Amino acid sequence: MIIKSLDPRVSRAQIDGDAAFEHPLQEMDQFETFEVFAQKKRGTHHEHVGSLHAPNPEMALLFAKEQYGRRGVCVNMWVARTADIFATDYDDEDIFATVPEKQYREAGVYKVVDRITKYKEEQAKQA
Amino acid sequence: MSEQLHIKEFLYKMADDLLILGHRNSEWTGFGPLLEEDIAFSSMAQDKIGQSLALYTILNQMGEQDPDTIAFMRNANQFHCSHLVEQPNGEYDFSLVRHFLYDHADYLRFEALTNTNFPPLGKVARKFKGEVKYHVFHGDTFLMKLGTGNEESHTRMQNSLNNTFNLALGIFEPSPYEDQLVADGVFIGEKALKERWLEAISPVIQKAGLTLPAESTWQPVYGGRKGQHTEYLQPLLDEMTEVFRIDPGAEW
Repeated sequence: MIIKSLDPRVSRAQIDGDAAFEHPLQEMDQFETFEVFAQKKRGTHHEHVGSLHAPNPEMALLFAKEQYGRRGVCVNMWVARTADIFATDYDDEDIFATVPEKQYREAGVYKVVDRITKYKEEQAKQA
Repeated sequence: MSEQLHIKEFLYKMADDLLILGHRNSEWTGFGPLLEEDIAFSSMAQDKIGQSLALYTILNQMGEQDPDTIAFMRNANQFHCSHLVEQPNGEYDFSLVRHFLYDHADYLRFEALTNTNFPPLGKVARKFKGEVKYHVFHGDTFLMKLGTGNEESHTRMQNSLNNTFNLALGIFEPSPYEDQLVADGVFIGEKALKERWLEAISPVIQKAGLTLPAESTWQPVYGGRKGQHTEYLQPLLDEMTEVFRIDPGAEW
């Protein structure tokens, strides 16, 4: 049945609504996926912002710009094939279990040293 | 101060090209060949409409009517757009080739205008140059991928290029004020722009494995800048302005 719509573009296109579902997409009909990383400011790190389908890295960048860079500030983008990302297994999530308890390993002390150094410099300047 | 008719005519044709092509390209929204491209092409269509608004705003500051009235209340014979932009979308290869040919010209026009003697236009040109650079990048990428894709994609792109080229040459229809625009340092002139455009598109067309139609076949399609249009423009305007005309005074 031809799809009728209030949108004149849809009616003009004479789309056969039944035919549209006769050939569902097969696995290889889809392009592969890419992961997108965006950088907000030079010098900061890129952050993962999402993924998309594309036939190759060049077009993935092209699509990434509009899909993930058109709103908000962005100065640079990376894309990588999803297949090229190595990841831990959720079954091994317990390898991270004790991480929040290791305050003794945190380098908090360095912040104090920074403050002491700054204080010394200020004193030296005043002297 | 003079009426600056030469600048007004120049702004009208630029803005009308952008508005009409922006509308045409937006007709693909929801119909794109894949989701990602649908988003990209629609977003670029919105960019074009935003650029036309900036130019209509300058016209408004020069004493013309407000941008909404200019955009929505004129008939086809009051529009200065080229025949290229008013053509119906047809198939995607045509829309891509039109986008490639038009956006190269648009980019080079904005680039030349970054040095204009008319400050409001220089400001707009500097603002949008980056945006249009992406449009060119998008057009080039698609042309090269599909031009060198498979036999069907190559044939489609070549046919569209052949069918679109004379329409694209119509972008450079000289204005009655051409000499004045150049003398006043407002713009480099359509002839110079066309030369730059040919220099820019030729290597990309070659890389795409496509052939530029032979110069002996070039017959620029003129008339649009003078308000003479194809049968396709008025129905586009009727559709584009349908909601606005229901209540022109409505606050949005």
